[in-house]
Amino acid sequence: MSAAAPQAEPSHLTNLLFTGAKRLAVSVLPFVVVILLWQFASLFFPRFLFPSLIDVFWRCLQIFSDGSMFSDVLATIFRIMAGLAGAFIVGGGLALLMVRSRAIDNFLSPILTLFQGIPALSWVVFAIIWFHGVEFRIFFIMVMTTLPAFTFQVLGALRAMSRDLMEMVFSFRPTRAKLFRVMIAPAILPDILTAWKVNLGNASRVVVVAELVGATGGVGYQLLQQQQLFDMAGALAWTLQLVFFVLIVQGALTLIENIAFRYRAVSERAI
Amino acid sequence: MTDMPDEAAIHLDHVSKVFGKPGTDAVYRAVDELDLDIRSGQMLALLGKTGCGKSTIFNMIAGLTEPTSGKVRVSGRDPFADFDFFRGRMAIVFQNDRLLPWRTAMQNVELGLEMLDVPAADRRTTALLWLTRLGLGGHENDYPHALSGGMRQRVSIARAFATNANILLCDEPFSALDESTAGRLRAEFVRLVKENGKTAVFITHSISEALEIGDRIVVLKRPAKIAYDVSFDAGTGQAERELIRSRIGDVLAV
Repeated sequence: MSAAAPQAEPSHLTNLLFTGAKRLAVSVLPFVVVILLWQFASLFFPRFLFPSLIDVFWRCLQIFSDGSMFSDVLATIFRIMAGLAGAFIVGGGLALLMVRSRAIDNFLSPILTLFQGIPALSWVVFAIIWFHGVEFRIFFIMVMTTLPAFTFQVLGALRAMSRDLMEMVFSFRPTRAKLFRVMIAPAILPDILTAWKVNLGNASRVVVVAELVGATGGVGYQLLQQQQLFDMAGALAWTLQLVFFVLIVQGALTLIENIAFRYRAVSERAI
Repeated sequence: MTDMPDEAAIHLDHVSKVFGKPGTDAVYRAVDELDLDIRSGQMLALLGKTGCGKSTIFNMIAGLTEPTSGKVRVSGRDPFADFDFFRGRMAIVFQNDRLLPWRTAMQNVELGLEMLDVPAADRRTTALLWLTRLGLGGHENDYPHALSGGMRQRVSIARAFATNANILLCDEPFSALDESTAGRLRAEFVRLVKENGKTAVFITHSISEALEIGDRIVVLKRPAKIAYDVSFDAGTGQAERELIRSRIGDVLAV
């Protein structure tokens, strides 16, 4: 027995390392397969169809290191974040009004549903016809395309709040600000983070369409340039900038979730 | 917090509560012309079958619901209209613990004190004191999911006592616990209420619990009307208590 105990530790460590390596391999494997398939295709197809990923990698580095190119990436990121922030603030405000008043809810719900049915490209056309400034046009498009989703998601979160907990907090007679801080904000935070994650993906697609048609800079504009030059490596490199951005922000949101929701019980058995 | 007038009594005068639209078939009269006075320092057990309107009375005293007619007065004020006046003057222990899952045990106990703008250091000291008194020392940084049902309910009792409110409203706070844990908490609760000179209204549907907790028992019949009202004290003998138990049983059986 006494000899078995010291052996248990390295074996446990080996198991942990093996499990970690397995998880990493499983998560990386799909990307490796896609990369290999693409690289394999690049050996047989012309550059303008399937460029080597090594070329794409150097183009990515070029975008990162060239100030004027990277400023296009930053402009797009700024547009996404500004649009999302605008939609979130307006949508959150509308959701609060809708949850307080059935009349407002009955009035706004059909309008927001109608907005949801309007394609992003239509908003691009409307914005070009209605407004002059490029930045305002893009901001308007971003807000209008993500506003309904934000509003309905925040509204759903507000309605799903526990009535029991709300009553308990009310029994201490909080001011409105304190009610919001101790009860409403923490209760709806999980849904808000999910809403940001979902809308971030949507916004990154919409911004490209908006820039493609109505901007003189940004990732969408650069993609248009690559299309006119038939430069697939450039198109991929610019697309990857947006993908990287979405992955970084999603990672940051997940990190916030892990820290903010550490109070949640974790079941040993998964769903 | 402790500056209640001496007649810190609860007074219900011809109180009725009707749910649903008046004049339609969907009307439900939960409370009917109820008159009830609870004097300061009294521990009243409100007893009745499920659906007899106990919780409605409770919510009206707490100021969470407005009576359809009649007057509810707590310390001479309308708890619904003067809602904010009772901040720190009234505390509630609910049937289930109702702890905020995103707050630790300590932060949950601090909740009422936050509403009173008590400085953070004082809040922590008071919360820790009550958690320790209720046998939860060492668990102050645990989240609710890590505590047992009995521990969570003790946190909710600590939360109610921490504000030093003069009036305590308890809605079957031990009904979800096993009898052994409930018995211990009940005894602890009575001791704390007596020691701190609180006025308490305790809703229950258990005759034994009512006899153990209250120094007055009011039995309600549907729709909430007083069917039996009895006061007793520590000097009341076992035989007399058994008589009271039997009488309550008869009233509830009708």
